[in-house]
Amino acid sequence: MLINKRLILAHFWLAFAAFGLALLLGAWQMFVRSPLNPWHFNPEFYYRSVTAHGSAMGYVFPTLIAMGFGYAISEAALARPLIGRRWAWAGFVLVAVGTVVAMLPVSMGLASVLYTFYPPMIGNPFYYIGVVLVVVGSWIWVALMSINLAAWKRDNPDKPVPLAMFANVAGSYLWGWTAVGAALELLFQIIPVALGWRTTIDAGLARVFFSWTLHAIVYFWLMPTYIAYYTIFPRAIGGRLYSDPMGRIAFILFLVVAMPIGVHHLFADPQVGAGFKFMHSVFTGLVALPTLLTVFTICASAEVASRLHGGRGLFGWVGALPWRNPIMLATALSLVMLGFGGAGGLINMSYQLNAPVHNTQWITGHFHLIFGGAIVIMYFAIAYDLWPHLTGRALDNVRLMRLQLWLWFVGMIVTTFPWHYVGILGMPRRMAYYDYANSALAAQALSVSLSAVGGLILLTSGILFLLVLIRGQRAPRQEAGAYQFAVAVHPPIRLPVALNGFGLWLALMIGLTVVNYGFPIAQLLALPATNVPAVYVGAPR
Amino acid sequence: MSDQPLFSLRNRWFTASVGITVVLAVVSALAGLVILPLAQPDLKLSGIWDAICSAAGVPRASPDTIAQQPDGKLSNVVMTADTLSRGDSVSIGRGATLAQRCAICHGPQGVSDANSPNLAGQFAEVTYKELNDFKTGARVNAVMSPFALTMTDRDMRDLAAYYAYLPRVPSPHVDAKLVAPLIVTIGAPMRNIAPCGSCHGDIDTKPGSPWLGGQSAVYIKAQLQAFASGSRRNDISQQMRNIARNMTAEEIDQAARYYEAQP
Repeated sequence: MLINKRLILAHFWLAFAAFGLALLLGAWQMFVRSPLNPWHFNPEFYYRSVTAHGSAMGYVFPTLIAMGFGYAISEAALARPLIGRRWAWAGFVLVAVGTVVAMLPVSMGLASVLYTFYPPMIGNPFYYIGVVLVVVGSWIWVALMSINLAAWKRDNPDKPVPLAMFANVAGSYLWGWTAVGAALELLFQIIPVALGWRTTIDAGLARVFFSWTLHAIVYFWLMPTYIAYYTIFPRAIGGRLYSDPMGRIAFILFLVVAMPIGVHHLFADPQVGAGFKFMHSVFTGLVALPTLLTVFTICASAEVASRLHGGRGLFGWVGALPWRNPIMLATALSLVMLGFGGAGGLINMSYQLNAPVHNTQWITGHFHLIFGGAIVIMYFAIAYDLWPHLTGRALDNVRLMRLQLWLWFVGMIVTTFPWHYVGILGMPRRMAYYDYANSALAAQALSVSLSAVGGLILLTSGILFLLVLIRGQRAPRQEAGAYQFAVAVHPPIRLPVALNGFGLWLALMIGLTVVNYGFPIAQLLALPATNVPAVYVGAPR
Repeated sequence: MSDQPLFSLRNRWFTASVGITVVLAVVSALAGLVILPLAQPDLKLSGIWDAICSAAGVPRASPDTIAQQPDGKLSNVVMTADTLSRGDSVSIGRGATLAQRCAICHGPQGVSDANSPNLAGQFAEVTYKELNDFKTGARVNAVMSPFALTMTDRDMRDLAAYYAYLPRVPSPHVDAKLVAPLIVTIGAPMRNIAPCGSCHGDIDTKPGSPWLGGQSAVYIKAQLQAFASGSRRNDISQQMRNIARNMTAEEIDQAARYYEAQP
């Protein structure tokens, strides 16, 4: 039952518009810093573009997807209209206005600080204020998801919360708490300096605050993807979810252990003690657990579906899966990219192995493979699955959809595999310029060129994706029926109270955050003379 | 749903999840804060508490070691964005009187053809730093050193304020058509040379970096060569020596000629 279709569609369209523009910038960046482009541009344009690309892809695009998909889940899974429709629109407007407010100074070259802010670099205050507006808009969504769940539980005290809604609210709580780190950094560290009230900044403390957000934000991006694995994929291929409680446990584990791990982004930073780096490393390792549970459950669900439709043999059932179905294809390609990306992630999270790849192109390759690859391809799948229900018009060009998904997969592999490789060769990231004529760098030229070609393939796929959606908006009307989520093999009738709510898990999440972040933050707050002069970017000369 | 209370020791989910989390946190803290630091011989820890403090990142007093002494005098001027940014009229007036001694080389209006630096419009903190360095011996010049030796700190500040106050005079060598060489616009990243323009104007200016527009090419070239050979060494943190050493003779030439042709 989808009622507020315009609200959901508005979120998706704004998300994909931001995605399309940011994708164009990304492809340009890949080209311009590759050997295919002779050096004849202002490097400042590159950093400007990277800032816009990162901010749009990191903050705007996935947040809007999570919000729009979240509203859809709330209405479809709880089978009742969204409570707080006006608030939801207000949140959307805040995100939209915040995006424009942030992007204006970036496009004018006044805030080329990259989306991770990098204090002591300080850009135009409107950039940060815009990001804060986006976050505040998304917090409205967090509150609405919680309110809608609470209202449903009050009216249905004896029913288990539908898995889709349970996972959705887990994602919203994760975001609500993880965004606090960046909010603290922006409000107490960066914005006062950007407004000129202070001229120095505790860059170390600011980076610790950002690491609080920076890793768990990835799991927030991941949530819609995992929700699609559990609640769309089994239904789309004509099967059932292998285990409903297993899904709940996976989302709970994300909620608890995604937070206290961000310091693995600061392995090379001196302001955090080695002991805390180790503790964060241990918990980063634990995040593999919910992913491994998920891979198992999803593969089991695929086997259930295949055998229901006549799949036979030890591995014969794999061939009998409905490979022509775009959701099937997207999920399989997503899991392959998740496998490669996860393997790379195990290297990043280990203190010693991280050292040779830290701040190299390996890292850029890694998060593009995980986020741009495994996660975003499922955003496409979500859109393909939801679109007929939102527009009341069929998406019938399945061939084009499959081509688009294949192109995205191939493009992502061609982009990120050479990217990882040049990282191992030592190519630093966040640089506009590489002198490939230098004999020490000449060996990287071929790989970087390949990456740039991959970027163009991704751009082609992105354009095809938007084309499919636009054509879907213009197709003849055709009622798609009620939107359904996958049913489990054994639908839960009674659940332990712990698997039906979040009290315990939120307490553990906050407790672990205090254990792993409390001392490093308190110590940096208490230490005198840790401030450094701010470096204003784009200031008048 | 189950009516069992959630936060209760009789709820197995509660005890198991809290128990596992606490065990994990304690074990990882023990390993990270105690066992691993003690296993590293280089840390020279005096006990468990010392290990915990070290691994938690508590700043420790560095062991007493004899710092290597520099083999020459170092500049003692500390540069910040506010250093000498404002000169008052008394200071400028005093500076104008003192500057009569300087006019023979630097020109009555702070500009001359003698291949000595043009000081009109130069940032005050730059003039002040050089005078100070001549006085302390961090920079040595047969003509300038004796002049600076007798100056008081106030004299130097006043002179700097006066020259900063004088308007920049367009150089007779201005050539607007001269294209900025690569060393000025992008430097040489592979040789660790930042663009000249990122500190000395065109792209950005940094505190303590002189404005080079209109300076004599002969002077700029001589200074780059002096930095490269190490005969001039009053650049804080060696940044100019490191850059000049890595510049080719051709790049030194290009940069000198380019800046001479700037207003």
